[in-house]
Amino acid sequence: MVPLWAYLLLSGFLFIVGVVGVATRRNVLIIFMSIELMLNAVNLSFVAFSRFLHSLDGQVFVFFVMTVAAAEVAVGLAIIIALFRNVETVYVDELHLLKG
Amino acid sequence: MEWVLFLTLALLAGAAALAMVLQRHPVYSALCLILTLFAQGGLYILLHAQLIAFVHIIVYAGAIMVLFLFVIMLLDLRPEEHPPLQFNRIGVVLGLVLAGALLAELALGVGPQINLGPRGPHDVETLRILGNTQEVARVLFRKYLIPFELTSLILLSAMVGALVLAKRRPE
Repeated sequence: MVPLWAYLLLSGFLFIVGVVGVATRRNVLIIFMSIELMLNAVNLSFVAFSRFLHSLDGQVFVFFVMTVAAAEVAVGLAIIIALFRNVETVYVDELHLLKG
Repeated sequence: MEWVLFLTLALLAGAAALAMVLQRHPVYSALCLILTLFAQGGLYILLHAQLIAFVHIIVYAGAIMVLFLFVIMLLDLRPEEHPPLQFNRIGVVLGLVLAGALLAELALGVGPQINLGPRGPHDVETLRILGNTQEVARVLFRKYLIPFELTSLILLSAMVGALVLAKRRPE
């Protein structure tokens, strides 16, 4: 049987890749996809713990994370479209609307 | 056999995730993310979470990523002219130190010797007899009934918020 730490290692790796994506990319859509990747990495460890603890609570939590992720994508993409309509760019280093 | 499947899916997921971050064109990034999500669905099946696996594929690959691709194509983005991932030396050193610290913490905290504590009643054999979907539903609609109902509020507010944000304001 594949042990728990193998799943946790993969989950940690995916999360770190997501963090690197958020920290280094300029395109706001790719940053958003990296956030999705981080949410999925956490989901993977939820399901792995659920399997190894013989408890279904982890799988139920994955449902809730998916709900929040779906809501987040709907609102986030609406914000990106509104942003693109106003400033004609999706690159975060060209955005300085909040600067005084 | 399980190790072979796990390693295949894990390598696929990891490589596709890396490719997603390294791609210049957002459409390719989205396609790589879809590949990661499919590999992750396979891992869920390997973990005997069949319901979650299929909900995951349907919601993420089916709904969320289609929405992403739709927006990317709507905005008609060009590939970035700068190559992604330009690092300076301080950033690389700092990142490696932090990554090493995180890995050490992981190895200490959840390494092979981890003590998981008490187990619940839902082991693989029980789930095989009772059915994964039935048991998840039983937990979802009994123990987590109120949080489940509250998620409808999240979805409603997200729907209203998206409509308000995407609406063209009258000049």
